[in-house]
Amino acid sequence: MKFTLKKLSLCILSTSLLSVPVIAHEGDDPILAKVMIDQLEWHDSEDANHQSIDTYVLEGQAWIGKDLNKLWLKTDVEYVDGETEEAEIQALYSRAIAPFWDFQIGLRQDLKPEPTREWGVIGIEGLAPYFFEVDAALFVGESGTTAARISAEYEWMFTQKLVLSPEISLNFYGQNDSEYQTGSGLSDVNLGLRLRYEIRREFAPYLGVHWTKSYGNTANFVREHGEETSDAQAVAGVRVWF
Amino acid sequence: MKHPITRTAGLTTPELSDTQPSLTPLSVTQQSRRRFVLGASSMLALSGLPFSGQLMAHGAGQVASKISATAIDPPVLRGNEFDLSIGFQTVNFTGKKRTATTVNQSLPAPILRWKEGERVKLRVTNTLDHESSIHWHGIILPSEMDGVPGMSFDGIQPGETFVYEFDVNQSGTYWYHSHSGFQEQTGLMGAIVIEPKDPDPVAYDRDMVVLLSDWSDTAPEKIYRTLKKQSHYYNFRERTVGDLVRDLKTKGLSATWNDRAMWNQMRMSDTDIADVTGYAYTYLMNGVTPDQGWLGLCKPGEKVRLRIINGAAMSIFDVRIPGLKMTVVAADGQNIQPVTVDEFRIGVAETYDVIVEPQANSAYTLFAQSIDRTGYARGTLTTDINLRAEIPAMDPAPTLGHRDMGMDMSGHDMEHTDHSGHDMGGMDHFGHDMSAMKEMDHSDHNMEGMDHSGMDHSKHNMDEMDHSGHDMSTMDGMDHSGHNMAEMDHSSHDMHGKSRLAKAGFGSNFDPLAKIHHADTEFGPHVDGHSEAPQSGLNDPGVGLRDHMKLYGRRVLTYADIRGLHPTHDKREPSREIELHLTGNMSRYMWSINGLNFADAKPLELSYGERVRIILVNDTMMTHPIHLHGMWSDLETGDPNYIPRKHTILVQPGSRISYLVTADAKGRWAYHCHLLYHMLGMMREVRVV
Repeated sequence: MKFTLKKLSLCILSTSLLSVPVIAHEGDDPILAKVMIDQLEWHDSEDANHQSIDTYVLEGQAWIGKDLNKLWLKTDVEYVDGETEEAEIQALYSRAIAPFWDFQIGLRQDLKPEPTREWGVIGIEGLAPYFFEVDAALFVGESGTTAARISAEYEWMFTQKLVLSPEISLNFYGQNDSEYQTGSGLSDVNLGLRLRYEIRREFAPYLGVHWTKSYGNTANFVREHGEETSDAQAVAGVRVWF
Repeated sequence: MKHPITRTAGLTTPELSDTQPSLTPLSVTQQSRRRFVLGASSMLALSGLPFSGQLMAHGAGQVASKISATAIDPPVLRGNEFDLSIGFQTVNFTGKKRTATTVNQSLPAPILRWKEGERVKLRVTNTLDHESSIHWHGIILPSEMDGVPGMSFDGIQPGETFVYEFDVNQSGTYWYHSHSGFQEQTGLMGAIVIEPKDPDPVAYDRDMVVLLSDWSDTAPEKIYRTLKKQSHYYNFRERTVGDLVRDLKTKGLSATWNDRAMWNQMRMSDTDIADVTGYAYTYLMNGVTPDQGWLGLCKPGEKVRLRIINGAAMSIFDVRIPGLKMTVVAADGQNIQPVTVDEFRIGVAETYDVIVEPQANSAYTLFAQSIDRTGYARGTLTTDINLRAEIPAMDPAPTLGHRDMGMDMSGHDMEHTDHSGHDMGGMDHFGHDMSAMKEMDHSDHNMEGMDHSGMDHSKHNMDEMDHSGHDMSTMDGMDHSGHNMAEMDHSSHDMHGKSRLAKAGFGSNFDPLAKIHHADTEFGPHVDGHSEAPQSGLNDPGVGLRDHMKLYGRRVLTYADIRGLHPTHDKREPSREIELHLTGNMSRYMWSINGLNFADAKPLELSYGERVRIILVNDTMMTHPIHLHGMWSDLETGDPNYIPRKHTILVQPGSRISYLVTADAKGRWAYHCHLLYHMLGMMREVRVV
């Protein structure tokens, strides 16, 4: 399954790249593709001994499809001190269900941390009133394990190009899992605040801060490991889409 | 009004031909072109402007002639037989070389001069590497000559020549353009001028074609893709934190909150006026950039007829000539009763003929600002080649208001036929909680016992109604029970009218209490809004033009001002009404009619010979120019005896408008929004059988 998903993702990604210049003249609804690298950033972080280490994060999505039906890929990779600590990829079928909302269903693969895990995904993504971009998903793992994630983002435009974007994301788990150091209930909250400058709409470097905190049993696991339950980091990166 | 005029270096004004019968193509006659070209080039050199609008022919030997032909005006072709060749051509409007689609190596395409009553034959050769076509916009002709691939014919394949041949039974200003792909955006459009058979009712000494267009260095396919990926990509007027702070200071917290709440809940932007803006576009006048400026020369004392054509792909323009009154004498090629204005809006594909009388030794700027004020096309009208007029500043960028959403909750603006304040159902945009307003009960209207059920309300003259007593200032808990309907002038009610349809010519004066019905197909992820109380689009000059009399002393043309010069051609009453809703989802960039895009919709069938009324309701926030091929759209502007005929009807956001159509042309016809990137979805086939 791992292999298939990888292959599938690779296949979709290459198709999307190839299909960018493709447009059908025959109709109003051609097959299009969009790649969004929302965060490609460096974190100014420290290890448990307060030694400075480099952390790189990639958070991106891509879709291919028509107006109302699309295939989505979402990925989240964290590379800490020369090692991939977290790597997750989702492949989802997305169907528009309301003017501003898409229903999404598919698979998620966690390549890191190991051992790898697979999840089924069901969620919604869209624009809530007051222009909050929302992504909410429920994950069901192999032996009935469950997890949920909700994230929301907002954009404050200082000028037409300078945009301050607060972001929040919450992770929940249905059970304790010592192997992955996640506890049941609210596991962690991530807050981000990024100030980007859109040199073009498609290309915007940014500076920001990222704050994360563990809660409940997850926090206990983290403490047992001798790590901090909360962490604030300065970030610098670029946001790109095409 | 003061109009500073600048004098350039001493150049000789080229000889202009004597004017009667005044078919001077544009500013310069054939015999003086050569001399003029020298003048223009040296003038440009002196002024130091980049000579950017020029076309570059593929063959080096042709360069000089091509520059001269296109830097000034497109060539003029006359007669009955025409050879037109569609091809690629390198152009440079912005400092970057791009490939345009042109006719006979000219952008715009050559001006075609026909004569009413004659038969024309046009051999159109496609030298592109993909299909092409030419549609003769506004020309009444057999459907197989209409030039719409997939409906009238199979298109013109690469290397093929298609021969169009038809009788010309009309006169006036029209235009032609490709109906394939997005070729129109890359330059394939030109003017058609048809000389009338009978003496022209319009007196003028010289006429000039003024063809407006929008050029982009970005390929149109890419623009379309970009809009689908990020619909607000080209809007750089989005609300900022600074705007919010300013509003908080001037209006206070609660007013600011209330003001923004609707837009925030609807997830729409009130600055979304044009889908594609000056960020991507260079606006052209007769193929000339605003930097360079088109030049129209006339002799002192001449009456000049400007044949203004909007050949843009996506841009609606507001046209004025500071210092000159314009007398509008024709709309969409058809003569109208002259109306003198200072400014008018020209929708994509519309044409207006105006008469102006420039003073000797003066210069005027012909100024066409885009509807969203992100750019303009401009030219100079003068009797002296050395003179230039000041270029006016663009008006402030407009923002959309409640009335543009098919609602009017202010209740204060009772001008025009703005009576939608009655209907507090307002507009139901998704997620917009209007529940409080829906609870309002109109049943208490004191109608003084009158039974209106059988009445024909269509002839209400809403301008005469006195609503001054309404206190609409507080919307919460509004009580309509105090309406004194006796104040209304009911004298024009047709109490004996048997027909449930409004009388021909009056169909646009809608009953403000009438509920709009939205079909099931209009609901779903593909439609983001519905007008619940659309107002008549007739008296409204449109977003960004309201109050121009008050603000600037400019009289702005509205559709209500337009009356046909000739008596109504078909005096029959409509036998039925067809209500169509212009629908879409802005953020997904999907466009449709009644929620159905062209691909999913059945053709609209009309019976040969019938007279029908089409009512268009605009459920979107955009202004849509709607074009019916093959038959006239008789716009109901209030006088049944002089109904003007148009081919393209501008439908204001959140409004409705009606027109009559006599189905006198058998065949398959296209019927669509003329905004190029809306057209693929917002289109119907009309079948007359």
